[in-house]
This record gives sequence, structure tokens and C-alpha cells, in this order.
Amino acid sequence: MKKLLVLGAGTAGTMAANRLRRRLDRHEWQITVVDRDDAHHYQPGYLFVPFGTYDRDDVVRSRHHFLADGIDLVLGEIARVVPDADEVVLGDGRRLGYDQLVIATGTSPRPDQTPGMDGSEWRRSIFDFYTLEGAEALAEALQAFDHGRLVVHVTEMPIKCPVAPLEFTFLADSWLRGRGLRDRVEIVYVTPLDGAFTRPVAAAHLGGMLEERKILLETDFLVEHVDPERKVLVSYDEREVPFDLLVTVPLNLGADFVSRSGLGDELSYVPVDEHTLLSVAHDNIFAIGDANDIPASKAGSVAHFAVEVFVGNFLQHVQGQPMTGSFDGHANCFVEAGDDKALLIDFNYDTEPLTGRYPLPYVGPLSLLRETRTNHVGKLAFRHVYWNVLLRGRPLPLPARMSMAGKHVPHEEA
Amino acid sequence: MPITTIDGHHIQVDAEGFMTDPMEWTDDLARTLAAQIGIELTDEHWKAIRFVRHDFADQGETATLRRMSTVGGIPTKTLFALFPQKPAKKLAYVAGLPKPRGCV
Repeated sequence: MKKLLVLGAGTAGTMAANRLRRRLDRHEWQITVVDRDDAHHYQPGYLFVPFGTYDRDDVVRSRHHFLADGIDLVLGEIARVVPDADEVVLGDGRRLGYDQLVIATGTSPRPDQTPGMDGSEWRRSIFDFYTLEGAEALAEALQAFDHGRLVVHVTEMPIKCPVAPLEFTFLADSWLRGRGLRDRVEIVYVTPLDGAFTRPVAAAHLGGMLEERKILLETDFLVEHVDPERKVLVSYDEREVPFDLLVTVPLNLGADFVSRSGLGDELSYVPVDEHTLLSVAHDNIFAIGDANDIPASKAGSVAHFAVEVFVGNFLQHVQGQPMTGSFDGHANCFVEAGDDKALLIDFNYDTEPLTGRYPLPYVGPLSLLRETRTNHVGKLAFRHVYWNVLLRGRPLPLPARMSMAGKHVPHEEA
Repeated sequence: MPITTIDGHHIQVDAEGFMTDPMEWTDDLARTLAAQIGIELTDEHWKAIRFVRHDFADQGETATLRRMSTVGGIPTKTLFALFPQKPAKKLAYVAGLPKPRGCV
């Protein structure tokens, strides 16, 4: 019996295990998934927790509930991978052997990596919303916040779901307006990037949205430390941004066991071929979802499209055939704009987010890079799609490969 | 791809002026590029330039600030002092490497 071991039962790991269980012979392959606990979080839902739209029950389900029959779930901390012995060692000493290993342990916010961030003001005036506990604590803090300076801050790229901090900002603006408090609150968006977002068309559009909402934008700001006593962010070039309420996105790092095992880069992501997701160092290790180093968004959407390509490749790879699937970095995400509207962006390694219609060219029904109610309804409906279709590895009628049809390409400047 | 002439060298650059062929780069060119953005190169600058050039040859990608500090041993604070405001971009520009790609 051959052994496929999947580390991590999040979005990527669960989808991959379920899809492979259907395609791999049960008499030939055993599939085991390891995670530290049995709680699967719908992470995109965290965004709505601070504003009371969602609570814990909306975003947490049991992991094993989503794993198909014929997949074993092992609960335990991963201590390290020993690639030379094809073995994974758990924190309690258990050893799990593998023929093929899939690392899908994601990325996590690490406030401990910035001096002063998780000190005396952590969860008092400094919050994150990329953990359920953080989002819940922030919900409470927002209830009590009626004036002052709200600073939304990104520590360093790459981060998980890179549009979420902008979405949080738009939602906070809308929420404060709804409570009649917007005039008493100054909102500042602080980013290490040189604009609101990375790629030009989206950066210009999203930057315009900040401006319309009178949200101040502080760019090229790389935080060196947070001074919790004076309540200021201090950058490496000694600029200071004061705050009353700081909502930060801490440095994101891959799982610690990845670096302990010598499998990670400087951010503990596993270097892989960006088209096949096979480790560059080991022929029987793949890394999928946020855990790898591909130059795409760290987002469930990328994980979804990438897993479709990965499954075909994996089946070829274990047959000793060349892998013919090539992931193009395709991702799309809804971007909440506040006031029950949202934008949709669709892009890949080579094509930046552009305006147009999706998924059907010219027809939509969704509009790209434009604020509409339909997009917002799409975003809220996606939670059900996630639990019921995506995780179970059922097909979603969206092609993995990005299409240019229906997209408006800006004229090249001479 | 535009071609520009600096100090009598014809070099290929992208729309923002970043060199696109690392082989066209020379030490002299680095001094000229640095002067264009108001930087006079010291030994410390050269240490950073050598690291990112070497790392690019190895990895095929322009190093991030984090990589420069963790792998190259050059503290981020120092890089901000050497290449003010936008150290990753300015260093890539002077070292003749592609603009560091921001991940979406």
C-alpha cells in the first residue's frame, strides 16, 4: 500500500485530499491528513466578524466532516519532516511514513515578529483580524470606539488575502458612517507598497476609492517597531504614524516546522516550481496553497485553481509520467467596498486585474473592478459554495485557467 | 523594450528604467546609475550590490529586503540609510536587476 500524506486540512489540503481520494485506487493508495485540531475555519469570513455580520458559528466547522470516506485524519502538532527518511515526526513522537508528501500548512500572522506589536497594547488598542480571536476582540473594541485615529496597517508583503486590509478599511468607513461617527474618526491606511495595491490598474482604482472616502494613504512604510506607550508605528526610515486604534496585519510566515525541516525560504515557504507546485528540492514533496512560494496571492481562490492543476499533475507524477498541467497563477476575489457593494478582480501571474465582466465575457453577471451590489451578494453567497462545493472537491463551473475574454486591456503607452 | 544610452553604453531598460539584462551591467554603470538617483557609492553600498547580484544569479529573482537581511546579513535599517525611502527598488536599479516583483 502506498502512502500519500497531506499536512494541513485547510482549504488546499482538504480539496486536494478529497479530489485525489476519488482518483487514486483505494487498494493502492492510503491517504492520511494531519492537522493540529479538528476546527476548519472559513478564513474569508473573519473580515465580517468585527462588524457583527458573522460570528464564530458562521465560520467554524469540523475538519473531518469535510474529508471524504477513505481519508484518515490524524490530529497532532507537526514537529518536522525528514525528507531523507520519507517520514514526518509529530510533536508527541509519532512517526508517519510517506511515499508522497503534500505540504498544505498555509501561512500565519506573526505579531511576535515585530517589536512592540504583541506587547502591552495587544488586543487593547492593537488588533489583528486574521485570527478568529483577533476579529472577535476587534468587534468588541469597535463597539467602544467613537472618536480618534483608526490606522489600518500592513506589515510586510506577502500577506494572506492581500485585498482584505483594504476591504476592512472600506467596511470600517461605511460602518462608522452608519453610526454617525465618521466625522469624529480619522482613517489612515499604512502600507509598505508604493500605492494602495500592487498592480497599476487595480492600485489606481482602489487608491481612488480611498480618496473618495477621505481615507489617508501612507505608502512605502516599512514598520520597524510599534511603540505601545506612545501608540505610534515607527518605520525603518524613522517616520511615525500615531494611532488610537491600530488594526494591523502582522508579518505572515509559513509553518515553523517547514524551516525546522530545512524545507523553507526566509519566510518559511516551500520553494516549488510555479507551474507544477513540485518542490524544487525533493521529487516526492509538493507544496500547495499558501504554504508554497509561488508569486501569486496567498488566497483560497489561488489554492482552488492550483489544486485543480495539481491533481492532474500528481496522478501523472506517481505514474512516472511528465506533468503536463501548468498553473498560470489564476485568482479571483471579491473586494468588499462597504455599503453592501463589492468589486471583483480576476488575474494571473502575467495579467493584472482589469475591468470587464465575469465569468461570461460581456454578460457577467459579475462586473470586474467595479462596485456593484451583485458582487457583494456573490461574496456573501460564496461562504455556502465554500462549505458545500469547494471543500468537498466538487467541480465549480469556473475554468482553472484565466481567460482574457471580456476583459478590457488598457492601451499600451508608446 | 526601450534602449537607452548611459556613459556610451547602450543598455536595455523597462518602462521605469530598470535594466532588463543583468549581463549588460558593469561597476562603472552602477556608479552612473547611482549618481542619477543622488547616491554616491561607498563600500557599504557595494556590499549590498554584490549580494543582490550574486543572489539574483543564484535565484533568478531580485532579493526582497527581508532576504537581504536574513540571507545577506545586511540590516534593513542600514539599507534604508544607504538607499533612502525605497531601498529595494533603488538597490535593484543600481545593481542592474529587474524591479522587485510585488506579489498581489
